[in-house]
Amino acid sequence: MGELRLMKGNEVLAEAAIRCGCDGYFGYPITPQSEVMETLMASEPWNTTGMVVLQAESEVAVINMVYGAAGSGKKVMASSSGPGISLMSEGISYIAGAELPCLIVNVQRGGPGLGTIQPSQADYFQAVKGGGHGDYKMIVLAPASVQEMNDFVDLGFELAFKYRNPAMILTDGAIGQMMEKVELSDYKPRNTVDEIEKIAGNWATTGKKPGNRRNVVTSLELDSARMEENNLRFQQKYKKMEEEECRFEEILCSDAEYVIVAYGTSSRVCQKSLEIARSKGFKVGLLRPITLFPFPKKAIAKLAEKVKGFLSVEMNAGQMIEDIKMSVYEAGKNVRIEHFGRMGGIIPTPGEVVDELEQKFS
Amino acid sequence: MELIDIIKQENIVYKKSKVLNDVVMHYCPGCSHGTVQKVIAELIEELDLQERAIGVAPVGCSVFIYNYIEVDWQEAAHGRAPAVATGISRLNPDKFVFTYQGDGDLASIGSGETLHACNRGENILIIFINNGIYGMTGGQMAPTTIEGMVTSTTPFGRNAELNGHPLKITELIAKLPGTSYVTRQSVHTAAAVRKCKKAIKKGIQNVLEKKGTSFVEVVSTCNSGWKMTPVAANKWMEENMFPFYPLGDLKDDIKDEPASKN
Amino acid sequence: MTEEIIIAGFGGQGVLSMGKILAYSGIMEGKEVTWFPSYGPEMRGGTANVTIIVSDVKISSPVLHEYDTAIILNQQSMDKFEKMIKPGGTLLYDPNGIIYPPKRKDIDIYMVEATKTSVEMGNPKVFNMIVLGSFLKIKTVVTLDNVEKGLQKSLPERYHDLIKLNIDAIKKGQEIIEVVYSCRN
Repeated sequence: MGELRLMKGNEVLAEAAIRCGCDGYFGYPITPQSEVMETLMASEPWNTTGMVVLQAESEVAVINMVYGAAGSGKKVMASSSGPGISLMSEGISYIAGAELPCLIVNVQRGGPGLGTIQPSQADYFQAVKGGGHGDYKMIVLAPASVQEMNDFVDLGFELAFKYRNPAMILTDGAIGQMMEKVELSDYKPRNTVDEIEKIAGNWATTGKKPGNRRNVVTSLELDSARMEENNLRFQQKYKKMEEEECRFEEILCSDAEYVIVAYGTSSRVCQKSLEIARSKGFKVGLLRPITLFPFPKKAIAKLAEKVKGFLSVEMNAGQMIEDIKMSVYEAGKNVRIEHFGRMGGIIPTPGEVVDELEQKFS
Repeated sequence: MELIDIIKQENIVYKKSKVLNDVVMHYCPGCSHGTVQKVIAELIEELDLQERAIGVAPVGCSVFIYNYIEVDWQEAAHGRAPAVATGISRLNPDKFVFTYQGDGDLASIGSGETLHACNRGENILIIFINNGIYGMTGGQMAPTTIEGMVTSTTPFGRNAELNGHPLKITELIAKLPGTSYVTRQSVHTAAAVRKCKKAIKKGIQNVLEKKGTSFVEVVSTCNSGWKMTPVAANKWMEENMFPFYPLGDLKDDIKDEPASKN
Repeated sequence: MTEEIIIAGFGGQGVLSMGKILAYSGIMEGKEVTWFPSYGPEMRGGTANVTIIVSDVKISSPVLHEYDTAIILNQQSMDKFEKMIKPGGTLLYDPNGIIYPPKRKDIDIYMVEATKTSVEMGNPKVFNMIVLGSFLKIKTVVTLDNVEKGLQKSLPERYHDLIKLNIDAIKKGQEIIEVVYSCRN
């Protein structure tokens, strides 16, 4: 059993980064995630594991520092919230285009624009549909507890390196600011120079070796035919992610007539709604996507064979519902699919969700 | 003497650096880029840095510098080279990290990244090609376009009231505590090339000795963008650019130190 | 056992830290806990609140629409949270600054003169510990032993000499709590 602590989600992100052998973190202050860099700076990991932590001049600089460090084969991460992620989107596109691994965390707040600093899930489209320019995808992990904030840092890096692709932890101000009991991971050493050479020697800028081909990290290819080849390779990679990396959790779905689909904070709220609804005799289940890309299309399609309806509960105007509809449509099914959401930084209450279920489906 | 007697190893007085690739450069005839890049390649060879050097390429005419100089490279987004170099250098302090950027990249869209990397004193060398124009996109006004200069977006000449003033970013950078060596050079004559090479060498050595940021501006021509012959462009640069961007060292914190510290 | 608690008052009253000590004590007790704060500018000078759930089982929603217990430390919070207590639930409040005392007849209501007592004890900073003591008198979700361990875990070592002062304040709170109304009569 690892060390038990009571910690905020944001603090755990920092602690997990140090413990999983992260080489570098770059950040810029933005509410509600500033505790990530604050915790790292207070921990001074450069004295212990050798991890570098740097406060940059902007989120634009942050993501380009990540690009540089990731290009040299290192394990690097950045965290921000919606407005900062928008600024980083150019760089994320470059990182995806140059096929570099890195971990980006979005502790979402309500938008658009400066919006609010309260929790939101309005950056779903931005995370799973690209966000930046060009055809690219990121693996998107959606933690629903402080424990998963710990677990997904290591998992995010593992997947990022497996696919040489940016991975994102898409969370929100509620889980970032909330304290829960967390079992911290054991310390893992950072990769040595030799290990980096083994993992990334054929693509990273670790310095040209005598007699060897040198490495150039770039997303530029002016020859359209070759650029299309690159695109096809990326698409194959994204397809493989869809086949191999889809993660989800089903709660009380086996006898359910209606299924709520919710992730992150809203999935926690909906677990309570399940208890209330079941006590009223309403046979409701919950499907919690853990990866938002790849989206659990097959699980939705399977449920669509037997349930009477889906309710997508999101802290936004209705974004994930499009992926639910797509999953049901692609499976050739016809089931009612409804959305319930609160916006502007408001978290729906368990009771509200039950009221909505009753209104829409009874 | 027969030709065959002349072409002998012992008679060689000049050869291309082996760090410079056998790729035809895409630069226009008369462009300064080729000369500066040749100098960089020579220095990487002379200082035995091919295995330690990591270059960061800009967006602009010199975007393909990574095809010409045979070291590891990262191609940065427009203006972000100093941030990319920061990331590489901070996590790989044993490497020699340098950026190569034009005036649009460095002094316009990337001015923030440039000033902050220099102010933090990142251990990197920044080579700044200032030809007062956006070459690759077809000759638009750059932040360093001098007053009165005609470009495709200042067809009647740059007017400070309408277009803002030309930015002397090198003067700004010289004021920052993070920089140790800031100089302005050119490569329009053989003597100037030699001086420029010395300056870049000094910049490289400063980085290797972890003395903070070194910054070498090279006032350059863009005869295509300026719509002049190479010879006329050099003359125009001497008469119009040099008075506004005077050549020489702007800052040299290292020169007063003894040559060797035992 | 699951106890769903809201603690609400002004920023600066130690609302969040009281919640944190309670949550840490819960962990010492081997229980599941969540501590969910209001955050951001809401805290500065305005109201601050924190939802604490202590449970024997895994906790679902950290956000609630009704509470077992509300600990209320100013009028704004009384206005907002009195109505959100479950029927049969508990309200604990400090009368300092309360203009409109609670009126509900389907809950248990307790009062603790924590502000006044903390001033009398010569240390207004232990105000929140007095309130915590009163709460623990009504609901023994955690033992005093585990509160002490919680304090040791949550306070930086340089403040460990203050642990005794805090425990004394908790004991004081347990003594001075008053029953205002009981719905079980």
